[in-house]
Amino acid sequence: MAEVISMADIEASAARIGIDLSSINLDSIQLPPGEDFGIQSGDDGDLYQDDPLEFEGGFGNIIVVDNLPVVPPEKFEKLEGVIRKIYSQIGTIREGGIWMPVSPDTQKTLGYCFIEYNTAQEAELAREKTNGYKLDKSHIFAVNVLDDFEKYMKVPEEWKASEIKPYMPGENLQQWLTDEKARDQFVIRAGSNTEVFWNDPRQLMPELVHQRQYWTESFVQWSPLGTYLATVHRQGAAVWGGASTFNRLMRFAHPQVRQIDFSPSEKYIITYSSHEPSNPRDSHRIVINIFDVRTGKLMRDFKGNVDEFATGGSGGVSGISWPVFRWGGGREDKYFARIGKNVIAVYETETFTLVDKKSMKVDNVVDFSWSPTDPILALFVPEQGGGNQPARVSLVQIPGKEELRQKNLFSVSDCKVYWQNNGEYLAVKVDRYTKTKKSTYTGFELFRIKERDIPIEVLELDNKNDKIIAFAWEPKGHRFAVIHGDGPRPDISFYSMRTSQNTGRVSKLMTLKSKQANALYWSPAGRYILLAGLKGFNGQLEFYNVDELETMATGEHFMATDIEWDPTGRYVATAVTSVHEMENGFHIWSFNGKLLYRISRDHFYQFLWRPRPPSLLTTEKEEEIAKNLKKYSKKYEAEDQDVSMQLNEQDRKKRKMLQDQWNEWVAKWKQWHEEERQFRIQLRDGEASDEEEEYEAKEVEVEEVLDVSEEIVADQD
Amino acid sequence: MRPILMKGHERPLTFLRYNREGDLLFSCAKDHTPNVWFADNGERLGTYRGHNGAVWCCDVSRDSMRLITASADQTVKLWNVQNGTQLYSFNFDSPAKSVDFSVGDKLAVITTDPFMGLPSAIQVKQIARDSSDQISDSVLTIKGPVGRINRAVWGPLNKTIISAGEDTVIRVWDTETGQLLKESDKETGHQKTITSLSKSADGSHFLTGSSDKSAKLWDMRTLTLIKTYVTERPVNACAISPLLDHVVIGGGQEAVHVTTTDRRAGKFEAKFFHKILQEEIGGVKGHFGPINALAFNPDGRSFSSGGEDGYVRLHHFDSDYFNIRM
Repeated sequence: MAEVISMADIEASAARIGIDLSSINLDSIQLPPGEDFGIQSGDDGDLYQDDPLEFEGGFGNIIVVDNLPVVPPEKFEKLEGVIRKIYSQIGTIREGGIWMPVSPDTQKTLGYCFIEYNTAQEAELAREKTNGYKLDKSHIFAVNVLDDFEKYMKVPEEWKASEIKPYMPGENLQQWLTDEKARDQFVIRAGSNTEVFWNDPRQLMPELVHQRQYWTESFVQWSPLGTYLATVHRQGAAVWGGASTFNRLMRFAHPQVRQIDFSPSEKYIITYSSHEPSNPRDSHRIVINIFDVRTGKLMRDFKGNVDEFATGGSGGVSGISWPVFRWGGGREDKYFARIGKNVIAVYETETFTLVDKKSMKVDNVVDFSWSPTDPILALFVPEQGGGNQPARVSLVQIPGKEELRQKNLFSVSDCKVYWQNNGEYLAVKVDRYTKTKKSTYTGFELFRIKERDIPIEVLELDNKNDKIIAFAWEPKGHRFAVIHGDGPRPDISFYSMRTSQNTGRVSKLMTLKSKQANALYWSPAGRYILLAGLKGFNGQLEFYNVDELETMATGEHFMATDIEWDPTGRYVATAVTSVHEMENGFHIWSFNGKLLYRISRDHFYQFLWRPRPPSLLTTEKEEEIAKNLKKYSKKYEAEDQDVSMQLNEQDRKKRKMLQDQWNEWVAKWKQWHEEERQFRIQLRDGEASDEEEEYEAKEVEVEEVLDVSEEIVADQD
Repeated sequence: MRPILMKGHERPLTFLRYNREGDLLFSCAKDHTPNVWFADNGERLGTYRGHNGAVWCCDVSRDSMRLITASADQTVKLWNVQNGTQLYSFNFDSPAKSVDFSVGDKLAVITTDPFMGLPSAIQVKQIARDSSDQISDSVLTIKGPVGRINRAVWGPLNKTIISAGEDTVIRVWDTETGQLLKESDKETGHQKTITSLSKSADGSHFLTGSSDKSAKLWDMRTLTLIKTYVTERPVNACAISPLLDHVVIGGGQEAVHVTTTDRRAGKFEAKFFHKILQEEIGGVKGHFGPINALAFNPDGRSFSSGGEDGYVRLHHFDSDYFNIRM
């Protein structure tokens, strides 16, 4: 392209050769045909760029079918008809898209043909489906995508030992945990920016760690231990991390990826996409890949129609419930499972195949969940045969697949399973029909997983007819909270799985009457809970101490949509995301309900605390620290004080500087004002004009003779 | 602080103006009739009938004898303050948006909107001492800014005119030649429409409010950006306290969203900021819609706000206000 000439240059050269540009009608100038003076038109340039797009991806939409029968010209059309019939079922073949070459000597076909589809996806599908297709005994199709030929042709003939790269120590991916001030990080997405901050409550503001525009195309996600930040792009997913900043550590190619999910110890990442079928009658195609996070190696892929992945029960319009694969077996990432029609398929990560090479058959199963710590599955099978066969909740041990415990439940409409995060307890919320079958009421079945024979206890609320609005276990604890009630102001009850004398009974601790809350957020450290009234309650917050059974503070974050505790349980973030047009941004609170700072951002999409790996301290050590908390806290209190002093000092200096600057301005203005006074008076026709004169108090002494009288004073002589 | 609610308008308020002594308050609204009130107790003194469209702006002469009003009916009218009679009417080809008397009250700067293909303009008219000598010719006409010019005021000694509006740029013009002297920087300046402009008492600096949710303080002579005050809402109105180092900023979300959000969500507050530290001092709530107009009494002991809700709220400060320590 010719160099760009600016308008200023043109004007300059026009002036140099003495031409008045304004007098020239540029449209009247005709260039000789074919001459462009070396200046390419901008429009043409665009066209040239557009063209190659059509061929992007090469010949990915063409397949080569080999091992066809070799036929003479008479039978050519018949064979073509057969091939067309087979391949047009899979996708749309382009017009003239079948080409079967013929030998020029014998006029017979050569035993292979090319088929061109509309899209590469169809070609890929055709390859998958018909590779190995038996036309008859001696003709088994060998199908390849044309692009693959090229790829395999490039493979060098001779094997060469791959170079062993010297070991390069990587960055410390957990550097952020060594922060001197023991702060936590969080990521936000607002507008086109994704930003990672330190939460610095001492400074009452966040400190930027890393910021990037268009970092992700749809969302970001931390890995469960906080090592990686995952971003999602059209071509696939990527994970980022590093010691001081965020570098790309690995990419996982998966076109049009929609969802991602990490295994609990972040060894593996599952990516998911669903593809629009070319034929509207077909169902969506689903591709699920499982990668090793560190090496980027594809461990296993699953492809199929939506129907194959839709869970047994729902089968509705949406079909897929994410995550399709759920990870079990606690921190070792040993198993993952998905539900199918009448089966639960459990895979192990050693071989990435089914445990015992077959899936577990469970008739009519609709839901399952893993214990967070142990390889135990909880399954739910609803009522069958109009109530003749009761609904069932059962616990199954993997890999043995033996049933640990089972409970039959009668006249059940629905069940929901809640695991306590240490896997000690399991609560099953059971919605039962009343006798008339017109309404339902709710009870709980509480399983004690760690005790012998897994005893089950039934818990019904004081008022059986109350609707359950929310349920939550205390993390690492033995308590749970329930929001129940029908009215606009529900009640909140706290229960413990222990009582003072007997550890084997559930007991109620407290009921808080008529609260504006519809969601429960326990601190990850337990003990404290945030009772939140989202949506209809406009963001009412109540910080509650369950040990003391008292409210610590109440607050409000108007219109709040999201709430998240930091992983240590020290701070809470409440956010208004872009579901609302107004008020977008987040607030940071201390655990006891003190509002620390507020940040507003337009188009606020996500707020996520960076998770921390579990503590390495033993329980005894933790208890010891808790006991001697005073000793430890001294150091931090001193630090806090230092910081606040420093802040005060900084603040004072800043204020003084601002004030000084301002005084300079004022002095300047005063001077100008003074200089201009005469002119101003003139403008006002000599009227004394400045305010200071008008309101100046002048003391004027006025002597006035009121009366004069003469008096003759008698001489006393 | 108990505000005095003044209900004299039937449509949203557009502008408020105190006279020099601070005993009278003039209010303009989208109904066609400007009002005058006692600034002390909020009693209505009278109305100025004659306009046939929304009244956008007004100014009162230094001796409180004459009022000038700019209206969407394409006229600017001069009134006798005392008896409400119309003294003169300037006719334009497009709605008039703002008006400002010069020092000495012998000139007035008027801005007109872009209308029916006409560009927006800044026009200077001579104001005769005796209205019978009044002529309608413009002394100066300035064109150039794109879009509406929401406010134009006189600079020191009537030597310059400062204009601001929809194209987000503040411009300083020479009143002799009509030449552009200075322009505010695009980078540091406002990012969206400038909705309001208010001068300090001595005319040394001025405050602009913008839909970009901020207000900015500028030096009148050099057009240096001095301070920025950031709020959560588009700013419709602003004013500088003549007494303390405070500024007050009002606004609220756009009128189209008002009906769909809670009053609390709208942030229809008049927010006080410390002029020097740029920190928020407090807010005065009360309006049921965005605040469109704000004005300080020249003594700095009271201020009034006018809202989309049609009310003028007159606030006399409590003694606490004068003891605020920052």
